[in-house]
Amino acid sequence: MTTKVLEGYTVEVNEEGFLLSPEQWNEDIARAIAREEGIEELTPQHWQVIRWCRENAVNGRSPTLRQITAGTGLSTKELFALFPKGPAKKVARIAGLGKPEGCV
Amino acid sequence: MKRLLILGGGTAGTMVANRLSRMLDSSEWRITVVDRSQTHYYQPGFLFIPFGLYTKQDVIKPSRNLFAPGVEFLPATVDVIDTERRQVHLSEPARTLSYDFLVIATGAHIRPDQTPGLLEHEWRRSIHEFYTLEGALALADRLRRWKGGRLVVNVVDNPIKCPVAPLEFLMLADWFFREQGIRERVELTYVTPLSGAFTKPIAAQRLGHLLEEKGIHVVPDFMVERVDPDAKKLIAYDEQEVEYDLLVTVPLNMGDEAIARSGLGDVLNFVPVDKHTFVSPKHPEVFALGDAAALPTSKAGSVAHFAAECFVENFVRYVDGLEMLHKFDGHANCFIESGFGKALLIDFNYDVEPLPGRYPLPGIGPLTLLEESEANHWGKLLFRWVYWHVLLKGESLPLPALMSMAGKWTNGKGGRRYEHVAA
Ligand SMILES: Cc1cc2nc3c(=O)[nH]c(=O)nc-3n(C[C@H](O)[C@H](O)[C@H](O)COP(=O)(O)OP(=O)(O)OC[C@H]3O[C@@H](n4cnc5c(N)ncnc54)[C@H](O)[C@@H]3O)c2cc1C
Repeated sequence: MTTKVLEGYTVEVNEEGFLLSPEQWNEDIARAIAREEGIEELTPQHWQVIRWCRENAVNGRSPTLRQITAGTGLSTKELFALFPKGPAKKVARIAGLGKPEGCV
Repeated sequence: MKRLLILGGGTAGTMVANRLSRMLDSSEWRITVVDRSQTHYYQPGFLFIPFGLYTKQDVIKPSRNLFAPGVEFLPATVDVIDTERRQVHLSEPARTLSYDFLVIATGAHIRPDQTPGLLEHEWRRSIHEFYTLEGALALADRLRRWKGGRLVVNVVDNPIKCPVAPLEFLMLADWFFREQGIRERVELTYVTPLSGAFTKPIAAQRLGHLLEEKGIHVVPDFMVERVDPDAKKLIAYDEQEVEYDLLVTVPLNMGDEAIARSGLGDVLNFVPVDKHTFVSPKHPEVFALGDAAALPTSKAGSVAHFAAECFVENFVRYVDGLEMLHKFDGHANCFIESGFGKALLIDFNYDVEPLPGRYPLPGIGPLTLLEESEANHWGKLLFRWVYWHVLLKGESLPLPALMSMAGKWTNGKGGRRYEHVAA
């Protein structure tokens, strides 16, 4: 476990830069992580997805892509446009949630 | 008379019915199991069929013979559950049953119809699956005749039943084609929506080398949108493509449509329930167990078994208005067949990821956690007998239902401490 300073907040992260506690998250941190992911500005649509994921996280784990599309009404294509290359993983990281994982 | 109605007589439903028939007073309780299938399938055995290691007869039994005398088995299809009236409407034959308590154990099924291109003219020709008995048999026939080429295993999306089965399939395929003398003519590739074949840190560190040694390629972060059955390629939402000669798909897994019709499911028709007690947050007389439940643990027979043990202890208290004392921890215990007569074993729960060590006896084993051994392979093969003769009957194994930290190594080889486990 390592700590990292984002926008002046000290947070705990894993090797891939995912927050270890969703409670340490805030919107400034989200913007900072988004920039690291190459998303310069978070639009209202980005925020809609991020908020929906935080509200529907189970055990601190982000919902799956299918759950996100059903819950937000956005299509998978739109999610890929908002969060290019692996939206499930990117949204999870920006929303301060655990990365989508298997059992091993 | 009070009625306990169990929907689905698979792994979870059968174990719960048989256990409760011994625990509940038969003059007060009527236990009914409804299932549309009159055959019980030992699904873990499907993995071995494509390689000619198991036959159809190894994995099926008539359901009727598996229930204790006190359990009423009713072959019928669940059409819709009416939680207002506490009734279940059945079709084939059409009938309505009332219940005092309901256990939903209708499992998860593959849905190739959810990915364009799968269920078309190449289905069961160049596109196969091994999550159903028919699929596994068709694939066995295909593999016997196959001359080699690019074999791609693709997981469409998670969660899937037995999340390690696709990896086991690939490792067995490596062994199988070597035995056939055509391994150098076969390219094996695993295409997954996750960030790698192993995503948990300790498992990834200890097992990452396995696939590489066996010459199995991994394409991570691949979210398949459609399959082009003529060009024989998988196409992802971000336009990545993977070509194949033989595709073994693990289609989207979903709960039964009856769950959706009853308004009880999430987007994948899995039933949200309390993760420790399996009770529905909306309907205090409704429970969901096994693969049908939306729980943050694996969809596996071992989970269904440990869950059933916790559930029955709770249920006999709950019906008398007592608190449910047994809190299920998400315990899963899965063998991972790795080919050449060896297997791995993983043991984990909601909070603890798979760790190395020995099982079930600390320091002794004989089974090895997160490490290949022949003992694990024999454990996996022996398990079929245990399933039919011990588990389904509702007998107990001398193993605790909740996960134990005894025998697990929380110190890395170099003395590095796995901090998140020590907590
Ligand atoms: C290829 C493969 C390999 C596996 N390997 C392993 C392994 O190694 N270890 C392990 O622990 N687990 C393994 N599993 C998973 C394991 O088989 C399941 O997790 C387990 O069977 C789940 O039990 P269940 O009772 O929830 O569902 P099931 O056993 O699937 O039972 C569900 C039952 O509900 C019935 N049903 C569904 N809908 C209706 C309806 N509308 N009306 C009437 N009846 C209905 C079905 O007919 C079925 O009998 C594997 C699965 C597969 C497919």
